[in-house]
Amino acid sequence: MTGDYDTQDIILYFIFFRPNQNGCQTVGGTLKAQGLKERALKYSRSMVLLKIKFPFQKRVRLAQGLWLLSWVAMFSGAITFAMGVFLKTELHRRSEVMHSMDIHIVPNLLMAVGLASVGINICAGKVCQDSLDPTRFPRWKMFLPPFFCFSVFLTSLLLVAMILSFALQPSLEESLKIGLKNGIHFYKDTDTPGRCFQKETIDRLQIEFQCCGNTNYRDWFEVQWISSRYLDFTSKEVKDRVRSNVDGRYLLDGVPFSCCNPASPRPCIQYSLLDNSAHYNYEYQSEELNLYNRGCRQALVSYYMGLMNTIGPCVLFDFLLQMTILVSLRYLQTAMEGVIGQENVEIETEGYILEKGVKETLLETKEKMKKLLQFARVDDASAVTPDTEPEADKPATA
Amino acid sequence: MAVLPIKFTKNKRDKLAQILWVLNWVSVVTGIILFSLGIFLKVEINKRLDLMAERQLQSVPNMLIAVGLIACMINFLGGKICYDCVDTNKFLRWKLVMLPYIICTFFFTLSVLVGALMCYSMHGQLKEALTLGLRDAMRYYKDTATPGRCFLKRTVDQLQIQFQCCGNEGYRDWFQIQWVSNRYLDMSQREVVDRLRSNVEGKYLMDGVPFSCCNVNSPRPCIQYQITNNSAHFNYDYQTEELNLWMRGCHQALLDYYTNIGHSIGLTVLIIWLFELSVLTGVRYLQTSLENVLRQGDPECESDGWLLENSFVETARSNFNVIKHLGKFNQISSNGDPNIDKPPTAHYGPDNVPPKPLPTAS
Repeated sequence: MTGDYDTQDIILYFIFFRPNQNGCQTVGGTLKAQGLKERALKYSRSMVLLKIKFPFQKRVRLAQGLWLLSWVAMFSGAITFAMGVFLKTELHRRSEVMHSMDIHIVPNLLMAVGLASVGINICAGKVCQDSLDPTRFPRWKMFLPPFFCFSVFLTSLLLVAMILSFALQPSLEESLKIGLKNGIHFYKDTDTPGRCFQKETIDRLQIEFQCCGNTNYRDWFEVQWISSRYLDFTSKEVKDRVRSNVDGRYLLDGVPFSCCNPASPRPCIQYSLLDNSAHYNYEYQSEELNLYNRGCRQALVSYYMGLMNTIGPCVLFDFLLQMTILVSLRYLQTAMEGVIGQENVEIETEGYILEKGVKETLLETKEKMKKLLQFARVDDASAVTPDTEPEADKPATA
Repeated sequence: MAVLPIKFTKNKRDKLAQILWVLNWVSVVTGIILFSLGIFLKVEINKRLDLMAERQLQSVPNMLIAVGLIACMINFLGGKICYDCVDTNKFLRWKLVMLPYIICTFFFTLSVLVGALMCYSMHGQLKEALTLGLRDAMRYYKDTATPGRCFLKRTVDQLQIQFQCCGNEGYRDWFQIQWVSNRYLDMSQREVVDRLRSNVEGKYLMDGVPFSCCNVNSPRPCIQYQITNNSAHFNYDYQTEELNLWMRGCHQALLDYYTNIGHSIGLTVLIIWLFELSVLTGVRYLQTSLENVLRQGDPECESDGWLLENSFVETARSNFNVIKHLGKFNQISSNGDPNIDKPPTAHYGPDNVPPKPLPTAS
C-alpha cells in the first residue's frame, strides 16, 4: 500500500490529517487513507501564498508595530501631498511660457495619493487597535478586502507618478519651446490686451534664470522685439532694416537688457553684437561673459527636472512604506481570522497573503464577477418570462 | 509690609513649580529663537557688507546671539530648579543658589531689553553706513580689474536688480561718476576726448546708467544712454517718462529693508523679554513661599510668597547698609556702631534651629 504513495503524499497526509494508528491498519482505514490522500493532494495544489505562523505575542507585536508605522506613514503621506502642492505652484508660476498642461498630471497624482494615503493610514491604525481586541475585530471583516484592493491601486499610482515625471520630459521641453517662442514673438506687443505682460514675463524670466532667448541669444535676432511705436520711420537706418527682409520686420543684432550678465567686467553690450568694430576692444566670438549663454528652455527644463529628482526619493520611500504597511496589515487580518470564534484567544494562527495561489484567486474573482453579472441577467430574464408564460398558456387553453 | 504677597497652599505651590518647569523649557526654546534671529540678522548684514562703510553694525546681531545662548543656559538651570522644588528636601539643595540665580536672571532680562532697544536703534547707524558705502561702491563700479574691488560691479548690479533701485538717491547719481572703465574707452575718438576734457578731474561722464537700472515694467525697450536728450530717441520725453528706469534710490530701498527686519526682530525680542520677566516673577514667588515653609517648619502648611519682604524703600536702605558694612568689615569694631557684632536677641524658635545670620536681605 505504501508503495503507491510517494514521500510527499505521506508528509502531507500526516501534516494535515494526523490519522490514528488503527485507521492505517484496517481495510476501512486503507480506504479512509486513500480518500485522505486525495484531499491532501488537493489541498497541496492550492497552497497558500507566503504563509507565516503567528503566535499570540508575535501578533500583538505586529499590531503594535504596525500602528506606530501607520502614524509615520501618515506624516509621509502628508509630506507627499505638500510636495505635490509645491511642484504644482512652481509649474503654475511659469505657466505663461508653457504651451500645454500635460506635466501637471505629476503633481496632481502626488496630491491625490498623498491625501488618500492619510485616510488609508488612519484606517490601518484603527484596524490595528481593534485587532488587539478579538470582539471588536469582526466588524472589519467585510470592509478589508475591497480596502486592500483600493489601497494597493492608489499606492501603485505613486510609482506611476514617478515614471511619468521622467516620461513627460520631452513633452515639457516641447511645451516650453512653443511657449517661449510665443513669448519672444509677442515681447513687443505691450499695448495688445492679452499679450501686454509678455515683455515683463520674459524679462523677469531671463533675469531670474540667467538665460537668454529660447535656445540661445541669437533667437532675438530673428524676431522684431522693438515695437513699431518706438521706431522712427523717417530715419534711413530704420527704413533700410525694414526693407531688408520679406516680412518688413525691424530685425537687428541686438538683445533686450534682461540678457545682460552682471558678472561681466565691462558695461553690457546689447546692440550691434555681431559688429566687432562698433565697440572698442570687443570680439563677439571670444566674448563669453557679456550676455547669458544659456537658453531659457534649457534652464527651465533643468530646473524642473532638478525639482522632480529631489522629490523622487521621498516619493519612493513613501511608496515602500505604504506597501510594507499593506502587506503587514494583510498578514494581521488573516492571522486574526484564525482567532475569531475561538475560545482561547492566545492560540497560534497562520497568516498569509492569499488563501489560494495567485491564479486560483484570479479565477475565483472572475467567477464571483460572473455570478454577479448573471444575477443581474436573471433578474432581466425573470422580468421577461411572465409575459411569455401567459402566451404559452393561451395555446394550451385554446 | 511685603510687596504683593500671595498665599500658597501646598497644592498651589506644587502646581506653580510644575508650571514653571514647563515654562522654563518654553523659555529655552525662545532662547534658541533669539539665537537664530541673531544669526539671521548677522547673515543679512554680511551679505551686503561690501555696500556698508565700517560702523558698529555687528554689535546688534552679536548681542542677540550672546543673549540667546545665555537665555538657553539660564532657563535650563531654572527648569532643573523648578523641577526639584516640588519636593521640599530637594529644595534644600538649591536654597542658597536660588537667590543669586534670581538676581542674575533679573539683570539678564535687562540685557534682553537692551537687545530689543538696540534693534530699534539700528536705523541711525545704518543710514550713515549706507550713504558712505553706496557712494564708494558706485565709485569703484568700473574697477573690475583691481583686486579687492573686482566684485563691486556684480554686487551693485545684483543689488539694483533685486531691490529695484538705481543709484544712491536716484539715477542721476550715475551721471556724476565715471562708471565705464578706461579699458573700454577708445581714446582716439573725438567724442571721448571731448568728454574727458569737459570736466576738471578728467573723468568720462555721461548721461547714461548701467543696464541694472532698467525697469522690467517698462512698455518700451530700455533707454540707458542719452537719458536727458529727448531728440536722441523717438517719441521720448525724459521729464514724463517714469517707467523706463527704477525711480527709487538704493539708499532708501536698503534702509527700508533693514529697518523692517530690525523692527520685526525688536518686537519679537520684546515679547520674549516680557515672557522671561513673567517666568522670573513666578520663580521668585516660588522661592519665597518655599523659604517661608522652611521657616515655619511644616512642609504641608500654607505659606506666603512675595516679591520683596519689606517695601522698596526699606529693602533699598538695608541693601545700602550691607554695602556700607562690607566696606567697614576690616575696621575695628569699637567704632561705636551698635549693630555689627551683636547677635539678635529676638525669638530663636526651636532649640535645634541655629539663629539666622545678620542681616537678612531676602
